[in-house]
Amino acid sequence: MTTTPQATVATPSTPAQRSTTGGKRKKLRRLTGRDKLVLGLMVGIPTLIELLLVWGPALFSVLLGFTDARTDIDQPGGVNWAGLDNYEFITGEYPPFWPAVWHNVIWLVFLAVLATPLGLFIAVLLDQNLRGSRVYQSIFFVPVMLSLALVGIIWHLIYSPDGGLLNSVLGTAGTEDQIDWFGDSSINLWAALVAASWKHVGYIMILYLAGLKGVDPSLREAAQIDGANAVQTFFRVVFPAMRPINIVVVVITVIEALRAFDIVYVINRGTNGLELLSALVVQNLVGEGTQIGVGAAIATVLLVISLVPIVTYLWQTFRKEEER
Amino acid sequence: MTVLTEPTGETTTPIAPSKSTHSGPKVSRGGRIFSYSFLTITAVLWMIPLVWTIYTSLRPEKDTQKYGYLSTGGSFNFDNYAQAWNQGGFSNYFLNSAIITIPAVVLTLVFASMVAFAVSRFRWRFNITLLILFTAGNLLPQQILAAPLFQLYKHFELPYSVSDSGSLLNTYYGVIAANIAFQVGFCTFVLSNYMKALPGELTEAAMVDGAGVWKQFWKIILPLCRPALAALATLEVIWVYNDFFWALLFIQTGDRLPVTTGINNLFGQYAQNDNLIAAGALLTAIPVLAIYVALQRQFVAGLTLGSNKG
Repeated sequence: MTTTPQATVATPSTPAQRSTTGGKRKKLRRLTGRDKLVLGLMVGIPTLIELLLVWGPALFSVLLGFTDARTDIDQPGGVNWAGLDNYEFITGEYPPFWPAVWHNVIWLVFLAVLATPLGLFIAVLLDQNLRGSRVYQSIFFVPVMLSLALVGIIWHLIYSPDGGLLNSVLGTAGTEDQIDWFGDSSINLWAALVAASWKHVGYIMILYLAGLKGVDPSLREAAQIDGANAVQTFFRVVFPAMRPINIVVVVITVIEALRAFDIVYVINRGTNGLELLSALVVQNLVGEGTQIGVGAAIATVLLVISLVPIVTYLWQTFRKEEER
Repeated sequence: MTVLTEPTGETTTPIAPSKSTHSGPKVSRGGRIFSYSFLTITAVLWMIPLVWTIYTSLRPEKDTQKYGYLSTGGSFNFDNYAQAWNQGGFSNYFLNSAIITIPAVVLTLVFASMVAFAVSRFRWRFNITLLILFTAGNLLPQQILAAPLFQLYKHFELPYSVSDSGSLLNTYYGVIAANIAFQVGFCTFVLSNYMKALPGELTEAAMVDGAGVWKQFWKIILPLCRPALAALATLEVIWVYNDFFWALLFIQTGDRLPVTTGINNLFGQYAQNDNLIAAGALLTAIPVLAIYVALQRQFVAGLTLGSNKG
């Protein structure tokens, strides 16, 4: 989907598209041995890095998920296969697992239902050529630059029970009624989500601003001539015309919800109401209660879930190219 | 990223938000009033966290204890910044961030442009597969890779002259390598789209003149990708600088942490002193805010040409 119509037209191979295979062969055959070596290295080295540090570990994680706690991979033959024991453990006995799944779902729904539409709405308003548009944009951009770890720390200053802005404004700071927004397990997920949205909304706004600028103005004019009002024009014409951006936004929203980690780790390492799958993986890998098998099993669950949006996205993106 | 693929080699940033091309819908007066009100209220809300952080950071802790955080009493100065800088070890953290970020971004762009060149300018059997491999790698949650990478690093023996842990653990190399591996997919994806849109005649003519593959890459294609490379470099500097996880996982000694992960230590250490934490947080944010002010166009262009990244 990244290949826009313009790009397709400009693709060098377009005239020779019919004779694809012939064209390909020819092109490669014209290369000298030295050229092939250079190309091989140019592709080979990065691919090796990618396989060794990304895909290899991802697959190895799946294998580790089937080994038990006695496994000592430092020793040859020190691997103890445990079958599905880790999975039975996490789904049946490990208390934070289901809350974490549930929190990831809430995270996704919150972003999808509130933060993403708000980003879209701001982009639509800013697309009207208002005065001072640039100032507004800058204000919404700034959080996008900050790391989520830093976002957590900055929002701590808002939420802190005795000196935070929110309790101070509510007049509860330092009293018995003060609310510990990040500490109270019944509300801290929502507090963290508001903080995460502070960044997410700006990101979505940038993407949609680009998308809206790319919509052919004549589409809009045609719809208006046909008597469509602004709302109809947007939902029936403009929004569908932004399909490529819409897909990207959906993928980003889902992936962000699955990846969420830094912010809860900074707040309380993902405990006490802020359990997320990503945080559980880390808790089982580092520190005292190291259980590599359990951590890897949770990582595998995370991997399987993430593959859904990833595969959907790749399919959308590369299907067209495959046909060429 | 839709916009990126326009075949012109010129600065392809018609998405630059500052320019108001008159593309947007025409709105009634009432609509405008609504838009301004909504945007102004939202923008004010959006600024509160940062403004509050700045305000808190400028006040001595004892004054806020005395008058309350929501007050104007007491003095205002930069003492918290000085204290955070000195006690928090910021000069060291910033140096570590630079040691990690600069090589990671440079190498990411080098590797990504090489792969992108090979898959977009030549047609061979596996180029889509390869592109999928890279693109998808960037979308995985980092935590999935944590356990095996940790083991791999632990068993990757290095001479003690290079690494005092005798392995890749607790080294800058380890963090740099993880950052490269993770980011190269995204840049490959963006650059390959960019390169696909460059006319084929460019390199064909050079090939007829006997220019080898490397020359085509280095002398023809890469210079034309300058706008995309600039946008990606800006974005990648921010992403790698903002990375929290790799350093958290691999670096065990505090004085080797980059600033994004190091601030977590300060946060834990001075949990009772919000003024100091505010100053530390702002110090951490200064480099990215400076980049934003200086390279706003590149930053925004990078984000939108990428748009497949979380």
